[in-house]
Amino acid sequence: MLLMACVILIVDLFVKDRKRTVIFVATQLTLVGAAVVTFATSSGEIGYTFSNMYVGDLMGDLLKLLVYLTVIIVLFYSRDYILEREQMARSEYYVLALFATLGMMVMISANHFLTVYIGLELLSLSLYALVAMNRDSVPATEAAMKYFVLGALASGLLLYGMSMIYGATGTLEITAVAERLYMGQANKSILVFGLVFLVSGIAFKLGVVPFHMWIPDVYHGAPTAVALLIATAPKLAAFAIVMRMLVNGLVVLAQDWQTMLILLSVLSMAIGNIAAIAQTNLKRMLAYSAISHMGFMLLGLVTGVVGGDARFALNAYSSSMFYVITYVLTSAGTFGMILLLARGGLESDQIDDFKGLNKRSPWFAAVMMMMMFSMAGIPFFVGFFAKFSVLQAVVAAGYLWLAVVAVLFSLIGCFYYLRVVKIMYFDPPTNTAPIHAPLDMKILMSANGLAVAVLGIFPQALMSLCAFALLRSL
Amino acid sequence: MLATPLLSLAIWVPILAGFAVLATGADRNAPLARMLALLGAVAGLLVTIPLYTGFDLNTPAMQFVELHSWIPRFNVNYHLGVDGISVLFVLLNSFITVTVILAGWQVIDSRVAQYNAGFLIMSGLLNGIFSSLDGVLFYVFFEASLIPLYLIIGIWGGSNRVYAAFKFFLFTLMGSLLFLIALLYLFIESGGSFSILDWHKLPLGLTAQTWLFLAFLVAFAVKVPMWPVHTWLPDAHVEAPTGGSIVLAAIALKLGAYGFLRFSLPIAPDASHELSGLVIALSLIAIIYIGFVALVQEDMKKLVAYSSIAHMGFVTLGFFMFSALGVEGALVQMISHGFVSGAMFFAIGVMYDRAHSRQIADYGGVVNSMPKFAAFFMLFAMANAGLPATSGFVGEFMVILAAVDYNFWVAFAAATTMIVGAAYTLWMYKRVVFGAVANHHVAELTDINGREFLIFVLFAAGALGMGLYPQPFTEVMHSSVNELLRHVALSKIQ
Repeated sequence: MLLMACVILIVDLFVKDRKRTVIFVATQLTLVGAAVVTFATSSGEIGYTFSNMYVGDLMGDLLKLLVYLTVIIVLFYSRDYILEREQMARSEYYVLALFATLGMMVMISANHFLTVYIGLELLSLSLYALVAMNRDSVPATEAAMKYFVLGALASGLLLYGMSMIYGATGTLEITAVAERLYMGQANKSILVFGLVFLVSGIAFKLGVVPFHMWIPDVYHGAPTAVALLIATAPKLAAFAIVMRMLVNGLVVLAQDWQTMLILLSVLSMAIGNIAAIAQTNLKRMLAYSAISHMGFMLLGLVTGVVGGDARFALNAYSSSMFYVITYVLTSAGTFGMILLLARGGLESDQIDDFKGLNKRSPWFAAVMMMMMFSMAGIPFFVGFFAKFSVLQAVVAAGYLWLAVVAVLFSLIGCFYYLRVVKIMYFDPPTNTAPIHAPLDMKILMSANGLAVAVLGIFPQALMSLCAFALLRSL
Repeated sequence: MLATPLLSLAIWVPILAGFAVLATGADRNAPLARMLALLGAVAGLLVTIPLYTGFDLNTPAMQFVELHSWIPRFNVNYHLGVDGISVLFVLLNSFITVTVILAGWQVIDSRVAQYNAGFLIMSGLLNGIFSSLDGVLFYVFFEASLIPLYLIIGIWGGSNRVYAAFKFFLFTLMGSLLFLIALLYLFIESGGSFSILDWHKLPLGLTAQTWLFLAFLVAFAVKVPMWPVHTWLPDAHVEAPTGGSIVLAAIALKLGAYGFLRFSLPIAPDASHELSGLVIALSLIAIIYIGFVALVQEDMKKLVAYSSIAHMGFVTLGFFMFSALGVEGALVQMISHGFVSGAMFFAIGVMYDRAHSRQIADYGGVVNSMPKFAAFFMLFAMANAGLPATSGFVGEFMVILAAVDYNFWVAFAAATTMIVGAAYTLWMYKRVVFGAVANHHVAELTDINGREFLIFVLFAAGALGMGLYPQPFTEVMHSSVNELLRHVALSKIQ
């Protein structure tokens, strides 16, 4: 199944010609085709291929489908933005996006630490290049440099951690590592040492404090279309590798990595939410908000195993998965809105650019408002149920203090989301030009907004799907 | 009971009407938007009438119950029902919505559809709060109702509206987030149920009850608002448009008090007894201290806002004396305050629309140019001061009677506010309405028109009707209140 997806992707790269529309259509068809293949081959059973390097299970399939869907949406949103910018209007954007997608697929299906690494590098290298694509822009180049240097460091940490684990267990196959750990055939001190590096590497990729330095610069500096890509689908893949490596592989050490994640999570929520208040650039604000959201998502992961009892694991991990999916949905909508407003070669990424949007377009202001309230976790939007399910897992695990800390930081976080709503609704517009956008984008944007509201009223289906996928995969 | 889902109608008719109003779009369709909004509000009121006529007075149980599975994964249900306590608020809310739509008829001339839709949607959400029997459903409505009010204050408010809107939103959210954790804790403790009625029966230790009680207290005290977390209210009231002030005073403040009755008292009865001293102390501070604060206000809206806080102090005082008279008095006070404060804010709005000032000093001798208005304003000022034969008197009197039973000094302290309350209201009235005509603006004021007359008549009917003949209100709540008190008297500690 995975092979098929890869083949389609790679073959497609060679058939591209200079016509941009053709490239766009071809890319989208590829993604749709790959998604269909994934869906068709999904059996719900756990299967291994390539000498146990890959695993196919329901969690992986679900995440892959969502990644495909997200990338498809991302490309729709980005299309005009890319077209309007000569220096970027090349097929590279689509090609690199496809490579990044391939990297994510590999990550999601990895059953081997090295496979994880390969997928991650494939994703990261594509993203480095994407960030730097706007060659004439100083912030973009700076962001790309920063991303690359720090990313390479993180990859190093990750590799170092993996080598420690290999030293301790004698294997890099995730399921085999888990088996050896159960048997107790491992040197605990080396293992924990390796775990620290592993968690640091993962924390970098997720962008949680204190490994978050690259996020604001990259979101801010990168072209918005690229920031949109970085802010959405890779979060799903990062969630998958956390599940693969920490839960599938090192669940015996859960007590150790949970303690680390608690620290990361609380710090992320604190720094992310507080720093976001001071931002005037919307992309930068969203970057800090992403940090805090990832921190919140980790909360679900830290409550899986309580005192050696894995009773809550399913509930906890599925709440995290639900959280990350809803975050990606909302984040796609928010960046999409920035792209929607960025017309005629002008950026629209200052918060003030949204001034009086309600006067210019009540509907899109309402969509953006839904996104903001969803991110703030106010019902009836899906973000509320995401927070609700994670908090529920935290309280069930007995970490009441953690839940209190989490809600206090979300209260702080609420302020800057409200400020965006304020700008759109309370302030008079500075730019009264009506919004021009292609019809497909308008429809998709509206659908995205409605999805946030509808899932907020009927969250059951997606919640159960997450729980079911994890039940069949763990 | 009845086959028609009356409570769902009470919630969703206004909300759907709100969306229909939104769909009328730009301001050139404003007349259509107004008509549609009024139609929606009246329809919303009509569907709640059978709730009263079909109400069974003899049972304390929940009536008009609707139970559907909503999120089975967390055992969350769409569970609605009303008892003698909540049904009155559903009615009051639907009634107030009609007056609010009428009150904004001519005044609001920009983004008319959004304004009216905001109030209709909020009305539905508020009905949802009062009729939810599921913790999550309650919470969802509770928080969602912040959004329309935030927008209403922020878009159509006064000069400092942004500050007021943020303060309102964040204060309330602070309380409700802790409340959410309390709900989740109860969910775990009760073995996976979000049903409020199940929680009423759940045995809990004193420590757990105390923490729960404190979490509820923060949430509801902000909403009531009780001293010292009341500071958002004067800001919100002053900046909100007239309609926003009416809804805020008449309905939104009742949510906190209602929360005490639905959550704090029955879920944590032992802690309620244990900590009743604290709540009574806070209530007395609100009644006396805030009463004096109201006395020195220059701004009419601020004055009425502070008087609202003092009146709500009576309500919380009535609850925590654990006597039928006290609780019923408090409930009567809540309904009455809905009519009276709504009318007061409307009266101030009427003057503001004409002279664009809320400062007491800018007025004087209004009676000369607006005699009809002055008569109505007099009635509501008297009701606000608690004059017998108005609804304001009944509730306060019942609470004070209960307080005499409870503790003489508490009663004494509470009764002094009858004097302070009369002082600040009537003094304001005197300065605004009587005396020489202050300036040419006042001289040019035109008296109220038919629409305003109608709104005043509606409010006056409520305030006077309740003052002269409170029985239709008290008989509805009687058996539910007794049941509640019987429940609260039993210890839950095992």
